[in-house]
Amino acid sequence: MADKVLSVRGLNAYYGNKKAVLDVNVDFYKNKITAIMGPSGCGKTTFLRCLNRIHEVNIEARARIEGDIFLNGENIARMHPILVRRRIGMVFQKPNPFPHMTIYDNVIAGYKLNGIKKKKHEFDTIVEQSLTRTALWEEVKDSLYDRGTFLSGGQQQRLCIARALAMNPDVILLDEPTSALDPIATAKIEELLNELKENVTIIIVTHNMAQAGRISDYTAFFYLGELLEYGTTEKLFTNPENEKTENFLTGRFG
Amino acid sequence: MTMMKAGDARGAEAVSASRLTSHKMKEKGFASFLLFAGISVLMVLGAFFVTLVLQSWPLFRETGFSFFTTLRWAPMEEAFSVLPFLAGTLMTSLLSILIAFPFSMALSILLGEYLKTGPFAAAFKSVTELLAGIPSVIYGFWGIMILMPLIQSLQMKLGLIPYGVGILTASLILSVMIIPYAASLGRDVISMVPGELKEAAYAMGATRSEVVFHVILPYARSGITAGFFLALGRAVGETMAVTMLIGNSNFIPRGIFSPANTMASVIANEFGEADGMHTTALIAVGLVLMILTGLINYAGKSIMKRFQVGG
Amino acid sequence: MKNPSVSKRMVKDHFFKGLVLFFASLVVIPLFLLLGYIFKKGIGAINWDFIFSMPAGVGESGGGIVHSLTGTLILIIIAVILSVPVAVATALFINDHPKNKISRMIRFTVDMLQGIPSIIMGIVVYIWIVLPMKNFSAFAGGVALGIMMLPIVIKSTEETLKMVPESLKEASMALGAPYYKTVLHVILPAGLSGILTGVLLGVSRIAGETAPLLFTAFGNPFLNTNIFKPVDALPLLIYNYSTSPYPEWHSLAWGASFILVAFVLILNLITRLVVKKWQIKY
Repeated sequence: MADKVLSVRGLNAYYGNKKAVLDVNVDFYKNKITAIMGPSGCGKTTFLRCLNRIHEVNIEARARIEGDIFLNGENIARMHPILVRRRIGMVFQKPNPFPHMTIYDNVIAGYKLNGIKKKKHEFDTIVEQSLTRTALWEEVKDSLYDRGTFLSGGQQQRLCIARALAMNPDVILLDEPTSALDPIATAKIEELLNELKENVTIIIVTHNMAQAGRISDYTAFFYLGELLEYGTTEKLFTNPENEKTENFLTGRFG
Repeated sequence: MTMMKAGDARGAEAVSASRLTSHKMKEKGFASFLLFAGISVLMVLGAFFVTLVLQSWPLFRETGFSFFTTLRWAPMEEAFSVLPFLAGTLMTSLLSILIAFPFSMALSILLGEYLKTGPFAAAFKSVTELLAGIPSVIYGFWGIMILMPLIQSLQMKLGLIPYGVGILTASLILSVMIIPYAASLGRDVISMVPGELKEAAYAMGATRSEVVFHVILPYARSGITAGFFLALGRAVGETMAVTMLIGNSNFIPRGIFSPANTMASVIANEFGEADGMHTTALIAVGLVLMILTGLINYAGKSIMKRFQVGG
Repeated sequence: MKNPSVSKRMVKDHFFKGLVLFFASLVVIPLFLLLGYIFKKGIGAINWDFIFSMPAGVGESGGGIVHSLTGTLILIIIAVILSVPVAVATALFINDHPKNKISRMIRFTVDMLQGIPSIIMGIVVYIWIVLPMKNFSAFAGGVALGIMMLPIVIKSTEETLKMVPESLKEASMALGAPYYKTVLHVILPAGLSGILTGVLLGVSRIAGETAPLLFTAFGNPFLNTNIFKPVDALPLLIYNYSTSPYPEWHSLAWGASFILVAFVLILNLITRLVVKKWQIKY
């Protein structure tokens, strides 16, 4: 078995009195893609947002959580959230490049926003590497200093992935990153994720079964806030243990 | 494709502990700065009120409630009553609302229902915005130069003393000043009437004017009322144009042609030269003015809020 | 009458529409009269000397208003410096804690502040600043105008911040950015056009205010750039000259009115351009 990068132990999340995530225990393996699946409202997004403590950002409607999450054996609750988020990057459902920044500045936004100073040529390298890894370099290398808003949705999303990669994180969380994209752009992103896993651990929330089947090594199936089944994607798709998983996979609900 | 060096520190250059502490400190500092700014805004309002109360207190201590019960304002004789100015204020502001009413209603209905878009709507909107943008002192100046002579000749025809200045003159200018405000509030309220309601009425064969009278206006009534309350609040507190046109007389006005003073105008006219108890009394007038506008605005805002939630 | 004919109802309908149009159109008349007079009488008074020289003596013709232009500029700068940081920070606080008790109180306060008559600003700032410092000053005038600007800038900034999508904030936080950096480098730049609009709107509102200045900036027939001494301002000059008995001064007041109105209108125009040009689409 591969190394465990992220381990979740006894995780519960509540909104007020409503439980959104129920006693979840799971390990995520290094340089693998893990898909988190389940019908809408099953708590998969809430779960993902606990992993880098981004759920704390919204002060007023913040989920309360119990349980522990370990990043390489370190409890993230005891780390400063800034550190957690630098090591666990995130890509959101809708592409959200910073509209007031150029493409170049978007890629190195993580450094700029953290006040990390580097020489111009070092930033140049980071920008080129990150954009190359997201297969965007050829498309935007002549317009690096334009604002990213003219890019297509798929390009914007790859820019967001590049932005996360530039920080060189251990893990990248993706929250239904292709749900706002057309099939061709989706295919490009899936291909990309497959290449990226050589360097980074990927956790992706998707409600698209086919997508999970195509790209993931492991799959976690959530239902009403509970982790019902977790295993290799092959095992889960061909021989699910839980009846609800099977029903979902065969399209009987969801 | 160039690969990242395998030995690269993960998590972006492993942040040094000192930098993290400095982030934490700045984070705290920033949050307290925001809170501090918010609280200082709260304090400004409180401090206004407290200042006015404290500074006008000596008057109430010395003369009790005569400020509200006598009718004379004669600073030389240390006689101070707010009533002449309360009367002047209410007369000018209510008269101006009365004059403004048909015009601002017409504008609200026109822009909220008949002409929602297009060049004419834009033109009417620009007109109201331009009117709203002209400073009060210029309204006053214009009133002195143009309106005053007109009123004078009207007074001569009616056989009255041709003051030119007075309640009517001030109210006329005031009404022009508040029409844009009342109209824009009214337009917002009218355009919030749900389309389904209007369609239901049209579907029953109603004409447009019938829809306006039987659906739109009843539905928007409380919002429109709120708009006039807010406009009244403006009129009550309006200073410069009124000061220049009302005639600066400290007696209870006898009619719409008589010169008078509003609470705002008596402060503008006398505060500069006042001292001792006179100053204190003017501050007390200011306190009454602030409370009055506060109440009117509060009423307007709460009716408007209820309309927006309920509607 | 139980069942009025359709044609009768249509006549009524047209009549009502005509009435609405008639009354609405009448509003145009005072605007034309106002702008017409200001333009006709004002443009004649304006020349190089008018803008760049000091006023002439009583009853003499000619002379200029450079002292009040300078004063107005100084007052606006003080008001902006004092109010904008507080207003933006306050709006950020409300935006971060929309349901918090303090935020609700601030919102209420802002509504109430907006309704305070401008003359009250004048006397309160007189008590706060002019009395203890023992003289009228540009600073006191700037404070009064700054307080008038506060609610305008707070409201427009709050509206703008509401429009900045939560996802941008999250994107920045997910990169590990501290919250204050997120605000300074992501949220505020994204809302810059809206904030600027609010500031310009606020400036155009206070530029013509007279009442708060009567007992603070006070007015000054001489050129002054010391912010702790009284200064003149365009609206003060218009007030003083227009209530004077001298026709020469009336003509100066028309010229000053023209400049003030032009300034306010141009500012409004710029505001619209800023909205269009700088607006960031999410």
